[in-house]
Amino acid sequence: MSEELHPLERFLRHEMIPHIWCEGCGNGVILNCFVRALEEMKIDVNKVVVVSGIGCIGRLSGYTNTDSYHTTHGRAIAFATGARLANPELKVVVISGDGDLFAIGGNHFIHAARRNVDIQVICANNFNYGMTGGQYGPTTPLDAWTTTTPYGNIEHPFNLVHLASASGAVYVARWTTLHVRRLTESIKKMLQKTGFSFIEVITPCPEIYGRRNKMATGMEMMNWFKTASEIRNHSDPAKAEITPEKIVVGEFIDIEKPTYDYLLRQMINRVQEKVGGEK
Amino acid sequence: MAQKRTVLSGRHFMQGDIACAEGAIAAGCRFFAGYPITPATEIAERMAERLPEVGGVYVQMEDELGSMAAVIGASYAGVKSMTATSGPGFSLMQENIGLAVMTETPCVVVNVMRGGPSTGQPTKSGQQDVMQTRWGSHGDYEIIALAPSSVQEMFDLTIEAFNLSEIYRIPVIVLADEIVGHMWERIAIPPENTIRLVNRKKPRVPPEKYAPFMPDKDLVPPMASFGEGYRFYATGLTHDETGYPQTDSAEAQEELVKRLCDKIRKNAEKIVKVSAHMLEDAEVMVVAYGTTSRSAMSAVRKAREEGLRVGLLRLVTLWPFPDKEVSKLAKRVRALVVPEMNYGQIVREVERVAKETPVVFIPKLGEEPHRPTEILNAIRSVL
Repeated sequence: MSEELHPLERFLRHEMIPHIWCEGCGNGVILNCFVRALEEMKIDVNKVVVVSGIGCIGRLSGYTNTDSYHTTHGRAIAFATGARLANPELKVVVISGDGDLFAIGGNHFIHAARRNVDIQVICANNFNYGMTGGQYGPTTPLDAWTTTTPYGNIEHPFNLVHLASASGAVYVARWTTLHVRRLTESIKKMLQKTGFSFIEVITPCPEIYGRRNKMATGMEMMNWFKTASEIRNHSDPAKAEITPEKIVVGEFIDIEKPTYDYLLRQMINRVQEKVGGEK
Repeated sequence: MAQKRTVLSGRHFMQGDIACAEGAIAAGCRFFAGYPITPATEIAERMAERLPEVGGVYVQMEDELGSMAAVIGASYAGVKSMTATSGPGFSLMQENIGLAVMTETPCVVVNVMRGGPSTGQPTKSGQQDVMQTRWGSHGDYEIIALAPSSVQEMFDLTIEAFNLSEIYRIPVIVLADEIVGHMWERIAIPPENTIRLVNRKKPRVPPEKYAPFMPDKDLVPPMASFGEGYRFYATGLTHDETGYPQTDSAEAQEELVKRLCDKIRKNAEKIVKVSAHMLEDAEVMVVAYGTTSRSAMSAVRKAREEGLRVGLLRLVTLWPFPDKEVSKLAKRVRALVVPEMNYGQIVREVERVAKETPVVFIPKLGEEPHRPTEILNAIRSVL
């Protein structure tokens, strides 16, 4: 009997598989779409760096057969900023979770977006801190039940695509793990963008979040995505709601503006011309 | 035609913070990420001006958490990297100093110490972060810290810090203080070709055989950079030599933590530097570092004028602590005098290794360094 390999085996570290994710979790879908995008883009994988923070999806950087780094909680974007600015040949992709990127790492997110650092960010939004057992986080919907909102959540969640757009991202999209093809296409598009790009992926966490919120299986959560999702490309991200009835998905922002990296190299060239004196 | 200025060889009248930045440039540092803080701001300002001249990157991050993370990212991308800060910022950096230790990242962190705790006295000097430097991040680890006592040493020891960080794959702390940082003095910057620079060991095996945390005999693993085709993984989690997490294995935890510590402990003799003055016949030894060692030197000279047999041991390396050097000399004297601009930090280490030899501690808190007479009085009290 021969061992059956994943069709995208060459992008994966098979010695790290099986992964740590629960049954019904959508993180594997995100990993799949990401490596599929790498494959279809024919990108030089030796120049790709995958950076993640802490949490369930944080383990993803250990599964991609690229240079990869698993940072401290919240610091993936700051680490990625350093790596990318130090070596402009690198394609640095951050893949992390909602708590990591928007609670403990929120400051790095808005400032990297503001600077328009040429890094690509994928956020797996599962509405809670899954790894630590299901506490509420910055994207937990109002009234949702988690282990630290035993009487229902009284905090308003972030609208991540609105936040990314307002902070200056040049590419902003939201999909769910149900939108496998659209998500893959979106990642491909993002990999071609220069500048701070952001994709939010709403992902099921039935084991930790769903079962406390009347969606105990991955299938039930995917059913919610299926019935509630509404594709509204190019619509105002401020109005991209996530409610039990409606999840607005699509590509919201796709603009061009000078990246930090570009302006930095321009400035360095100007200064060097001045001090180097060579014509 | 303007000259491209990499190393500003020659004699200068220079500020300590600026000399530190120049030392970094001379050491090959081409990436600085930081956040403004008194009294270390001049290092950032100088780097912002100088790095573009030599093709390097200065980035001002949103905080010190991000600064330290960016420094690690840049180092993994293959560039010598640093940050500079003071007490409150140094506290924020501890998180990722731990990550740098765990993922064996060569980098330099300058802490121009001011008075603490908390916001404390931002414009006043202190030596209150000595123990935070040693133990500030969580978990068991070793660190290297150097204490400059002059503008010249702000330059020289910054280069030394980069070299040690590259040799041992560890963050090296330049533990300066406000006085030495803001002081202006004469400094001689040597010709570029006489400056000894060390670069990290690179892998000697093809990518498919590369284990990113497989150490050589010196306990330090060769380091690939991102983008070189090695496709390695590094994590702050406990890992084995392949870099992959080993979160349940007691053996992996023991092996890794011991190696991270032992690569410094077992190489301590190569790392440690002290400077001995007038100790040959000394009955009393003053042990001091940084700015305080200047007052101590003055006190020792005055004591010698009075015919008192006193010498000074200046600690250039604070961590790893010069156990052997202090202990050997402590046996030969009647007493030790330890002045520090804090309420008792390195004196604990001195007491630990001095054993039976009595130790007199002279604390100093507030804006001024020790007056030589304060140290002299302590010397007289034990003779």
